[in-house]
Amino acid sequence: MKNKKSNILSKLVVYSLLLLGVVVFIFPFIYMILTTFFTEAYQLPKPGEVLTVKPNLENYDRVWNEYKFYRYFLNSTLVAGVAMVGGLFLGAMTAYSFVRFEFPGKEILFRAFLFTMMIPLVLAIVPQFTVIQNLGLVNTYWGLWLIYIGGGVVGSTFFLRGFFETIPKDLEESVIIDGGGNWRIFWSIYLPLSKPALATMAIFSFQGTWDEYFVALTIIKDEALRTLPIQLMMFQGQHASNWALVFAASLIAILPVVIIYIIFQKRFVQSGGSDGAIKG
Amino acid sequence: MSESTIQPKKKVGFKKGLKQWKEVLPFLILGLIGTGVFVIFPLFKGIVMSFQDYSIMPGAESPWVGLENYLKAFEEEQFRYAVRNTLLNTIVTVPINWFLGLFFAVLINLNFIKFKITFRTLYYVPIITSWIVVSFLFRYLFASGDGGLVNYLLYTQLGVIDEPINWLGNQWTAMLVIWSLHIWKTVGWALVIYLAALQGIPKSLYEAAEIDGANAIQLFRHITIPMVTPISIFVIIQLVMGAFNIFPQVYFVTGGGPMHQTEVLQSMIYTQAFENFNFGYSSALGVMMGIAVFLLTWSQQKKIGKQKFY
Repeated sequence: MKNKKSNILSKLVVYSLLLLGVVVFIFPFIYMILTTFFTEAYQLPKPGEVLTVKPNLENYDRVWNEYKFYRYFLNSTLVAGVAMVGGLFLGAMTAYSFVRFEFPGKEILFRAFLFTMMIPLVLAIVPQFTVIQNLGLVNTYWGLWLIYIGGGVVGSTFFLRGFFETIPKDLEESVIIDGGGNWRIFWSIYLPLSKPALATMAIFSFQGTWDEYFVALTIIKDEALRTLPIQLMMFQGQHASNWALVFAASLIAILPVVIIYIIFQKRFVQSGGSDGAIKG
Repeated sequence: MSESTIQPKKKVGFKKGLKQWKEVLPFLILGLIGTGVFVIFPLFKGIVMSFQDYSIMPGAESPWVGLENYLKAFEEEQFRYAVRNTLLNTIVTVPINWFLGLFFAVLINLNFIKFKITFRTLYYVPIITSWIVVSFLFRYLFASGDGGLVNYLLYTQLGVIDEPINWLGNQWTAMLVIWSLHIWKTVGWALVIYLAALQGIPKSLYEAAEIDGANAIQLFRHITIPMVTPISIFVIIQLVMGAFNIFPQVYFVTGGGPMHQTEVLQSMIYTQAFENFNFGYSSALGVMMGIAVFLLTWSQQKKIGKQKFY
């Protein structure tokens, strides 16, 4: 039924469609990168000029040093790093509680947890702020970490629980025979065997807090403590017409996440996309 | 899959229950406190605040105002815009997102396609890029005058429009930009889920059908579609929730303007609280939206409820 000619033609059509998709999804980024090479862009560079501009790193240098983005970069690294480690640890412990233990009220508790995932979190920002205010932690990273880690437990518990459930109970016996308790089982069986899931979770969590804007804006008041998203918005406000500078700063801000994604993408997408999500 | 399902509703004695709690508590306590303090308490407090004229100053009075905050919403034009735009965004973007996700996933999954992982990676790049950055990017691409790339293509190059469009200055063109951004940014998600689902279909099914003489279209209709249906339900529910929760794409691109005409529910909730300091009013909007989301996801809630402890 299929002859060779129509076969090649249909392959050509499919490849063209896929490449068209790539152009649509990727070209805007290329256009953005090209724009950052304009050094005196006080008005919108013409599209014709954008495509022929000579690459240089002058704007990146200015943004990093002169506009002190190195500082906000470090701030964000600290905020997202601690939130990631803390969130991972707390999420793993809570998931472990729900998977390995039986206790009265477990089902109701888990349902209450899940229920909160359906509520838009904008509703929670003001009360969260008042809690941090009462703890005297406004304008500190502790305030941010508490909200990020405390608010993130449900999601990570839900995600990790699916993986923990696949760990065979027989494995525990060797630990119990050696006289180990619940903590040993957690440390030497559940955590090592869920490495792919934990890594995926870590990336999600890092990206989530790295890009988080709305909570950070309400908690952090000092300019020196700002994270990248906040500074990026402020910077865009001040340099509204200088897109070259704004995009140089933007690219610095998205680079870590893109690099992490490209390194881990095979594992990241598969476990993040299929297993974790479908279990929902 | 816990053992409790094999012997459901076995009464646990009080003493035994206490012992069980003692065992689990060291692992559970921090998660409980975190969720209690930063999720569950704020949600309840939000509900309480919605009946108050709430003041954030410590020690200041927050008088009760009954349903005033709720009634106020229905008199405001901004709220009507917000509801309309939230629904419109869902109606417009969900079918397109769903179709494009499935379409590209099927194409990438075809046997003869090389570089499958590369394609998937590239299509997924918008998803991992921060909302702020892609919003800047879209504002730049859709800039007014002939300097914006989209105007340049449509006006200078193709000549299909009579004059450069002021995209963000008009209600419906601004909505078009917001919808495009939403679709562009999130198609990769549906694609990745579908790709995983397609790759999970056993090859033997296709082989058997091919031996029986089925053609490509029949294979798609009678094997692929039924096999991905459960995933489709999940994907569509997630897309609906994502579209209904539209927020940064509006807040960072138009800020709700011009004249609140592109406002959506979450952007209104946020600006009422943090720019106008109407915390009670903002909470009332949040409660109404929470109820709407809850009803919208009712089917999924039931599914999750069943799935948990089977």
